[in-house]
Amino acid sequence: MIDRRIFLKSSGMALVAGGLLPNVFVRMASAATTGGKNVVVAIFQRGAVDGLNVVVPYAEQAYYAARPTIAIPRPGTEGGALDLDGFFGVHPALAPLLPYFKDRSAAFVQAVGSPDATRSHFDAQDFMECGTPGVKTTEDGFLARAVAATPAKSPLRAVALGPAMPRILAGRAGAVAMTNIAQFGIRGDAAVNSAFESMYGGFEAARIVKSADPAKLQPDNGAVYPNNPLGNSLKQIAQLIKSNVGLEVAFTDVGGWDTHAGEGGAQGQLANNLRNFSETIAAFAKDLGSRMSDVTLVTMSEFGRTVKENGNRGTDHGHANVMLLLGGGIRGGKVHGKWPGLQNLYENRDLAVTTDFRDVFAEVLTKRLGVTSMGTVFPGYAPRAVGVV
Amino acid sequence: MKVTKLITLVLVAAMGMSSPHLTERQRALHALNRLGFGPRPGDVDAVMRVGIDRWIDQQLHPEGIADAAVGARLRNFPTLQMSDRELVQKYYVPIVEMRREAKGDENTIKEMREKIPYDQRPQRVVEDLVSQRIVRAVDSDRQLNEVMVDFWMNHFNVFAGKGIDRFLLTGYERDTIRPRIWGKFEDLLLATAKSPAMLFYLDNAQSVAAPENRPSLPPRFAARAMQAPQARRGGLNENYAREIMELHTLGVDGGYTQKDVTELARVFTGWSIARPQEGGTGFVFRRAVHDVRPKTVLGVHFPAGGGIEEGERMIHVLAHQPATAHRIAYKLCQRLVSDDPPKALVDRVAKRFLATDGDLRETVKAVIASPEFWDPAVYRAKVKTPFEYVVSAIRAVDAHVDDARPIARALQQIGEPLYGAQPPTGYSDKAEAWMNSGALMSRLNFAMSLAGNTLPGVNTNVNALVGNVDVASCVDALGIALTGGNLTEETRQTIKSKGGQQVRTIAGLILGSPEFQRQ
Repeated sequence: MIDRRIFLKSSGMALVAGGLLPNVFVRMASAATTGGKNVVVAIFQRGAVDGLNVVVPYAEQAYYAARPTIAIPRPGTEGGALDLDGFFGVHPALAPLLPYFKDRSAAFVQAVGSPDATRSHFDAQDFMECGTPGVKTTEDGFLARAVAATPAKSPLRAVALGPAMPRILAGRAGAVAMTNIAQFGIRGDAAVNSAFESMYGGFEAARIVKSADPAKLQPDNGAVYPNNPLGNSLKQIAQLIKSNVGLEVAFTDVGGWDTHAGEGGAQGQLANNLRNFSETIAAFAKDLGSRMSDVTLVTMSEFGRTVKENGNRGTDHGHANVMLLLGGGIRGGKVHGKWPGLQNLYENRDLAVTTDFRDVFAEVLTKRLGVTSMGTVFPGYAPRAVGVV
Repeated sequence: MKVTKLITLVLVAAMGMSSPHLTERQRALHALNRLGFGPRPGDVDAVMRVGIDRWIDQQLHPEGIADAAVGARLRNFPTLQMSDRELVQKYYVPIVEMRREAKGDENTIKEMREKIPYDQRPQRVVEDLVSQRIVRAVDSDRQLNEVMVDFWMNHFNVFAGKGIDRFLLTGYERDTIRPRIWGKFEDLLLATAKSPAMLFYLDNAQSVAAPENRPSLPPRFAARAMQAPQARRGGLNENYAREIMELHTLGVDGGYTQKDVTELARVFTGWSIARPQEGGTGFVFRRAVHDVRPKTVLGVHFPAGGGIEEGERMIHVLAHQPATAHRIAYKLCQRLVSDDPPKALVDRVAKRFLATDGDLRETVKAVIASPEFWDPAVYRAKVKTPFEYVVSAIRAVDAHVDDARPIARALQQIGEPLYGAQPPTGYSDKAEAWMNSGALMSRLNFAMSLAGNTLPGVNTNVNALVGNVDVASCVDALGIALTGGNLTEETRQTIKSKGGQQVRTIAGLILGSPEFQRQ
């Protein structure tokens, strides 16, 4: 745990905002860059992805009755789902990820989510990132608390790819946010750098990035990242992993899932988004190759969408959703979680939550990052076993 | 003894300053920072000459400020004066036709797009719009007006990246938002509810009653009504109904239920956008797809057979709820006073909102007239948003912006692309959303480029700010010119020892300093 006094002194943000802000420039006693071997990569699908069209319960007739124009057909038919286990199949746009499911390095958790009833994007994202559903006063993120619960090894142990520090990494993990690792640093001569370092308390993270120069690394194994924001983010996360700068937790997000109108089925808006999404994740796994055994990728989204399609061939805000896990340590080739069925719906409209998202993360953080207690990560909550890691 | 000293330090830090009142000069600087985008050289003196109260009063009545120079500059952006319809015709229709011609082949489309002259490319529309916002914030004498435009465009956020909204935002800002920000909240709310930009952004344009809830029409009319694609197989869309309560009015804890969301969505069925063959791109109420069954929203009951007046009634009800008054008051206080505004202030401002029938000028006035606004504890204590930071830096060094596009790119890097907030929440007004290492470094890089005059299309001459002085006095002279003499001793010493001899480096370091990040 970082001493509060040092925290304030070394934090540039403290200077700017009067000490109320998280520490982003932790001046470490040792800036060693060989941190823990394992890396957790979390991707937030902002806007609430329609999980029922991602991992499709094609064996349930009620699914087709509720979605006359946007349902994904049964496996074996044109545009049909790709079968996973005889009950669930994935959207055909997830084809690039299917081999990972088949070789048991990928798994899904269906009917997972937050117990809080809110259907507000903003509140639900906030609750999920804070890891304290229903509590609005939590200021830091649960990934930040998980990182802070293990000894600090590198100023680059927690990185968010994006222009703003996401709530999930806000707090005392010393996380850094960046959009472009090639431009993560101060242009200008040594004197300018030194002056700004004096003002803000040091830019160790930027210095390490500069000397390791991860941006020079080309994707391996013939991986080609789609040219989209998520592709750029995951490509850079892979570069950070491969350059051994001590990364332990990486986070990024991707929007465009709020499909209230014209969602489409096997083709269309959601299909295009899912294709980009799965091609990007598949490229990431291919790029990292055997290194992927050290990496656990987890996806999340604030809530699911209504079981019934709405009047605009879309879906409105719902409740339970689906998560994807890929990489080292995953008990793959399986759709985890208890399926609540489409007969007894939450508030008569939405898929019920049978697995708390915190249960999934508790397993990942315990088994992959070596966080020994969930007491500070998910205060007041006793996670239950899911068996996905 | 040690403990006492520590407590004193904490208390002084918490109070910001030990003095109970701001000096006149500090008040003038504070007004320019919070009610505008920071001072240009000479502005503090000018405000003191006019008198701070009188200057504020002028700012509260922007129609009385000539602003001729900015008016002339805006004429360089041809799309700003075009109607929604003209914009769609000129910039969108050709793309649709091109796509049809190319039969969906992406490469052909790409080739055809590259042949379009710059002036006719669709991205020109948002580029002009972004440029005018920057030019106005930098150069307009109606500074408070631009602050409020930024505030209300963010409150009623519409994302330029969603479909045809990139052609509708010009009219949205010009015709819906700008003319109403000093009027009644209800008028502003109603205008946004009927704006094509919002109707498209939050999907209400497509929300129609379930077939069994529609009015029965003579067959002739029914046939025509069914021509609309959404009417053939349409139904309810909750998106707008939820966000108008959660974000535009009551707030997420404002006491509504999922049932209220669904019922309000039924109230707004038929609020849509005219199709080109109906004569344009404006608001249209489609009675044929309006839900005519009885409904109850927030305890307000509507009997069967209602029409557009139901939605107008609900706009009126929502605009006058105490929860709405509180939310608007809170957000205004957060923008103008502090990230976590004092409860007593918010309550007082909310009361004024309710007492004046949601008069926005009176509500803003209540914030500015409050002792909390002038409290030394909030003086130079609020971190600037990227937009505030970039514009205030340009104004501080008296730069001239010939081409605003490099500024727009800088804003993107620092994390606040204008019209680029995808979720309906818009951008945050709190420091924690903006302060992280990557964004901070982008701010510092911007500061160095601006002061070094290396931004293309932006003309900066920092030497003109100080004249011919030695390094030691240069740091102090620039400290006074750029921060009103508010550099800490620590920053002064750092720059003196590391800033070298060049005025532009020293100016860049001051613009990048923690002191300049705050207002």
